[in-house]
Amino acid sequence: MAMLSVDNLAVNYGVITAVKGVSFEINEGEIVSLIGANGAGKTTILKTISGLLKPVSGTITYEGKQIQKEKAPKIVAQGISQVPEGRHIFPGLTVKENLQMGAFLQSNHQQISDTFGEIYKRFPILKQRENQDAATLSGGEQQMLAMGRALMSKPKLILLDEPSMGLAPIFINEIFDIIKAIQEQGTTVLLIEQNAKKALSIADRGYVLASGEVKLTGTGQELLANADVQKAYLGG
Amino acid sequence: MQTLLQQLINGLSLGSIYALLALGYTMVYGIIKLINFAHGDIYMLGAFWGYYVINYWHFNFIFALLSAMLVCAVSGVIIEYLAYRPLRHSPRIAALITAIGVSYFLENGMSYLYGSSTRSFPQIIKQVNYHFGGVQISNIQILILVTACLLMILLQLIIKRTKMGRAMRAVSVDPDAAELVGININRTISFTFALGSSMAGAAGVLIGLYYNSIDPLMGMTPGIKAFVAAVVGGIGSVPGASLGGFLIGLLETGVQAIGLSAYKDAAVYLVLIIILLILPAGIFGKNTKEKV
Ligand SMILES: Nc1ncnc2c1ncn2[C@@H]1O[C@H](COP(=O)(O)OP(=O)(O)OP(=O)(O)O)[C@@H](O)[C@H]1O
Ligand SMILES: [Mg+2]
Repeated sequence: MAMLSVDNLAVNYGVITAVKGVSFEINEGEIVSLIGANGAGKTTILKTISGLLKPVSGTITYEGKQIQKEKAPKIVAQGISQVPEGRHIFPGLTVKENLQMGAFLQSNHQQISDTFGEIYKRFPILKQRENQDAATLSGGEQQMLAMGRALMSKPKLILLDEPSMGLAPIFINEIFDIIKAIQEQGTTVLLIEQNAKKALSIADRGYVLASGEVKLTGTGQELLANADVQKAYLGG
Repeated sequence: MQTLLQQLINGLSLGSIYALLALGYTMVYGIIKLINFAHGDIYMLGAFWGYYVINYWHFNFIFALLSAMLVCAVSGVIIEYLAYRPLRHSPRIAALITAIGVSYFLENGMSYLYGSSTRSFPQIIKQVNYHFGGVQISNIQILILVTACLLMILLQLIIKRTKMGRAMRAVSVDPDAAELVGININRTISFTFALGSSMAGAAGVLIGLYYNSIDPLMGMTPGIKAFVAAVVGGIGSVPGASLGGFLIGLLETGVQAIGLSAYKDAAVYLVLIIILLILPAGIFGKNTKEKV
């Protein structure tokens, strides 16, 4: 059984239909990538999984339980955490405080401090900047902070919304290496990307979205080799 | 020199009360971007609560203060729950008008229940004046200053050091991201109203002791002045609200001291206008730059 399965999901913003009947699934341990042009509905799907938006129809089943009616904090508590598009770190809070926020629902102090250790090991720059206002970090550092914050809740499934957005190529490679490492440590990953080539090359499976619908699906390699995908997302 | 020092003492005493009140405005604005016009009336409720428990239940100062803080905290939470929460996703002006409505409701409700006449606040602490080289300071003034400063330090510690304080700051800057880390937004907003209103409750009891008179409309003018203090300090900024409160208190006593008593309120508004013109974000105003 899939870890997360999205069935016939439809989401509206008022009268605008952003997602119309999308279905896909994620198995434990996978990296699954959703790709699609601007406005395809990717962010809307993630926000709905995380409980920030409520669908008009369809279901989201996580570990055998329907979660589409639950509120965001409840969903984090069950082990799904999100790194939102545009990072959304907390300006005015220090790097350390931002990470502490990520562990908001954790109560075991020993475990929190262990997780801090792991995150600082993975992102040494965050340790160096620990007491600095998070707003003063560079874009790439903010992305790492946003990922670190999401990992602080020890998620079983992490949702990444365009983690490479606006980053220099060298940073992009680093971010993708980190995503791979997150998977290797046992966290399942749902990855949304504009950078389809990179995303598909690390993904086990992928789905191609266009105007609110799934148009194509396959393994990462299959999609990379697909002529339509190449034309639309990989520049020919 | 002596008059100057004397005015400094008077101004700081009054200012510390404005500061306590300004904190509530700034915290509520910070978290839900609402100017809570009913905040001054919470301070009035605190003063009335103090009046009753001292007169009828013979509470001492500490218990009167703490119970007023608790009662006001609960009132603030109830007001937010009943009046502002249903309008959370409505245009801001709707909540603003509602806040004015809540303010009228409290003022008129109290006038209806207890009459609109002024009553004298029981003086549980006998006033003693100390003289230092021509400058006079009363034990009440010392008590007000010390209590207000302790409360402000306590509040700052809660905001800076505790989990709920961090949650308040997170919700203020980015409610969606706050939800994504598991923060319950409603609970955090209730907590903010509780904290802000408890400060107003304390201010109500302190002003009762200081000015010795209370009435159902007593919250109007100090409410507006504390709001000005919050704007001067930079609305949303906690240290700004404290500083703004002290500045407004000093300004008001200063204007009185040079014989312009009749203009003391006008001076406060003049400061508001000047600040809005030259420093629209206030002294500690944030210019948050967000990198995209
Ligand atoms: N708050 C909103 N109100 C109204 N319409 C919205 C809102 N947010 C998104 N939309 C619309 O919903 C559709 C899907 O948007 P969404 O943000 O999910 O796209 P996306 O695939 O994440 O795009 P991008 O790659 O640009 O991030 C778009 O047509 C968008 O204009
Ligand atoms: Mg998007």
